[in-house]
Amino acid sequence: MRPVTMAGEQLLPVVAPLAPLFPEGGLRRGTTVVVKSGGTGVTSLALAVGVAASQAGSWCAAVGLPALGLVAAAGLGMALERFALVSHPGEQWPAVTAALIDAVDVILLRPPRGIRSSEARRLTARVRERGVVLVVRGTWPEGADLSLSIATIGQAGWRGLGQGYGYLQARSVEVTATGRGAASRERRVPLWLPGNNGTVEKRRVALEQAPATPAAASAAG
Amino acid sequence: MGGVRTLVVWCPDWPVVAAGHPATVPVAVVSANRVVACSAAARLDGVEVGLRRREAQGRCPEVIVIDQDPGRDIRAFEPVVAAVESFTPSVEVGRPGMVSFGTRGPSRYFGGDRTLAAQVATAVDAVLAPLAAPLCRVGVADGPFAAEQAARAAQVAGGQAGRAGRSGRAERAGRAVAAEVAVLVVPPGRSADFLVPFPVRVLERPDLADLLTRLGLMTLGDLAALPAATVLARFGSDGATAHRLARGRDERPLAARTAPPELAVAAELDPPAERVDMAMFVAKSLADKLHEVLAARGLACTRVAIEAETEHGEHIVRLWRHDGALTSRAIAERVRWQLDGWLSTGATTAGVTLIRLTPDEVKPDHGRQLGFWGGSAAADDRAGRGFARIQGLLGPEGVVTAVVGGGRDPAVQVQLIPWGDHRPDASVAPPREAPPWPGHLPLPAPALVYPDRVSAGLHDGDGQAVTVTGRGVLGSVPARLTIGGGSAVEVVAWAGPWPAEERWWDEQSSRRRARFQVCGADGTAHVVVLESGRWWVEATYD
Repeated sequence: MRPVTMAGEQLLPVVAPLAPLFPEGGLRRGTTVVVKSGGTGVTSLALAVGVAASQAGSWCAAVGLPALGLVAAAGLGMALERFALVSHPGEQWPAVTAALIDAVDVILLRPPRGIRSSEARRLTARVRERGVVLVVRGTWPEGADLSLSIATIGQAGWRGLGQGYGYLQARSVEVTATGRGAASRERRVPLWLPGNNGTVEKRRVALEQAPATPAAASAAG
Repeated sequence: MGGVRTLVVWCPDWPVVAAGHPATVPVAVVSANRVVACSAAARLDGVEVGLRRREAQGRCPEVIVIDQDPGRDIRAFEPVVAAVESFTPSVEVGRPGMVSFGTRGPSRYFGGDRTLAAQVATAVDAVLAPLAAPLCRVGVADGPFAAEQAARAAQVAGGQAGRAGRSGRAERAGRAVAAEVAVLVVPPGRSADFLVPFPVRVLERPDLADLLTRLGLMTLGDLAALPAATVLARFGSDGATAHRLARGRDERPLAARTAPPELAVAAELDPPAERVDMAMFVAKSLADKLHEVLAARGLACTRVAIEAETEHGEHIVRLWRHDGALTSRAIAERVRWQLDGWLSTGATTAGVTLIRLTPDEVKPDHGRQLGFWGGSAAADDRAGRGFARIQGLLGPEGVVTAVVGGGRDPAVQVQLIPWGDHRPDASVAPPREAPPWPGHLPLPAPALVYPDRVSAGLHDGDGQAVTVTGRGVLGSVPARLTIGGGSAVEVVAWAGPWPAEERWWDEQSSRRRARFQVCGADGTAHVVVLESGRWWVEATYD
């Protein structure tokens, strides 16, 4: 028996630059968000989705991502003391994910290859019932409430790295969100992911047109 | 009137002994960058408890620095407790390195406090001898506090114990037996006199001691001379407790009482648990249950008895004490240390079949004010229960949280801590406030850091492998990157080499690497490393 919750509690916050991607400006509890493979920055984007909820006091967990860069996660703003990692769930991953659905608010899942549709459906139903947000990095056989895909802008998209000098500072990307219901209209947001200080930043489109990035300039010349 | 006649066995520098270092080697045990214990040799060079790690290393450059590990301390302490337990069954472990018991029964049986103390010291020294540990100190006095001070004051000097007492008054009040054991017995009723010359800092209340010192109350005698009501009015309940201690009375509030037996909780394990993690699953829920039972009565537990029975009918009990109230987490932690000790030292010969937790001493719970809206406590509990369940599935290492510290590599900077273990508090500092590590990767950090780095190839325009000389000079310009046998990707931007030479003073663990950041035409960016002539991808900016 769950207590009656107010409408505001049905939404978990997302960081301001990502908010335009979500039809309600936040993560609706009980939904599944798929971050599609392809392009670069998929891991950063999947992490960034949960950052604001983590900062607001929610527990987050990552399943099946042994190579997750935790310094980068901390840089994006994830509260590491409330970020549980189950790197090697092995065959037990559906049981582990189910247990996490009861325990935390945001789950970052990388499903193994060949995930069965029935398993995905069962988890999605449980997510909906428990009011958790499931962020899937990779492919998900069930339909997602919202799918995000990422594309880099410009050649390579990175700013700060040249031919033998500089260092990677910021990457300009464009994130596209499609979904069903209220989210069916396609939304695009230009972002710096990561931005200069490691977090997600909104990218003004005027900047994109200026050939200011040394990487792009030197590659062109 | 004084407290319960108590015998305290104190093993000096226990964390050092537990780590397996003899007293003759300079060792400092650190926690959160502060020295919490050091060996006698380190103390001779000026290392003190409370120093920063750097200061300690400055005073004694050859000091071996080790991290504190309460689990290791208690595991190693188990034989000592067993030795003391051969004298009396109701032994209390205050903390690793200190064990106490009431002398009323055993003292009569063994022929007086002094004989008992000497016998206990001999038995414990016999256990410590193979570890090359300093001799234990035994003190007997009224109440655990006075007994602890007596144990600390007991000295072995040239075969004569007790010579180097803290002051003339201390020696008059309590004479020690002359033997090769360090024993100090304070006669009954003289504990208050014995405590008079001790400085107020032995109360282990730093804030209060600081205040008292500034008010000119330097010793316990000064504090004890004040009227109890005045002390309570000026310093509050903490001051009143300190005052009671200074007067040689019992530290525990008088209201502490023996719990009625129905508060005990027990669980049978079927099949018997032969590993700690198997038993822990049950123990954790038992601790929660005990906590619930106590909370329903408005009680908090200050001492808990942990009992275990094995398949072979062995029955072992141990008492654990905590200054504050034991939370369910703290109880579960102690059960784990204890079971770890029993199962790994061979105190048990078969699997554990029964675990019983008995609240040995309870007091009214004054509680903790929760946030008005339930706050984070409810979410933390919910998360904790879920993680415990996963640990039941995957083992204790299955669920971890990360702590970011210093280091040059993104992989080295992260320390993974199994859920339920102690998380160092220093972790909270974000990485960019960390001390400088010359040659570390600039932020932002890569989002994928491979636990097993991936073999790669970096070639120049002519298809030759890119080389770096011993002096860090690049042989040719990188043009193509191949990762793990995949197809080559054109390099559009790169930077490096950033040489990282680590631990060059140590043959075993020294590493020389040259790092590059490489950005491919397909938008991928990697940290590529050249080590011993081979190229690797260490991390990806995904």
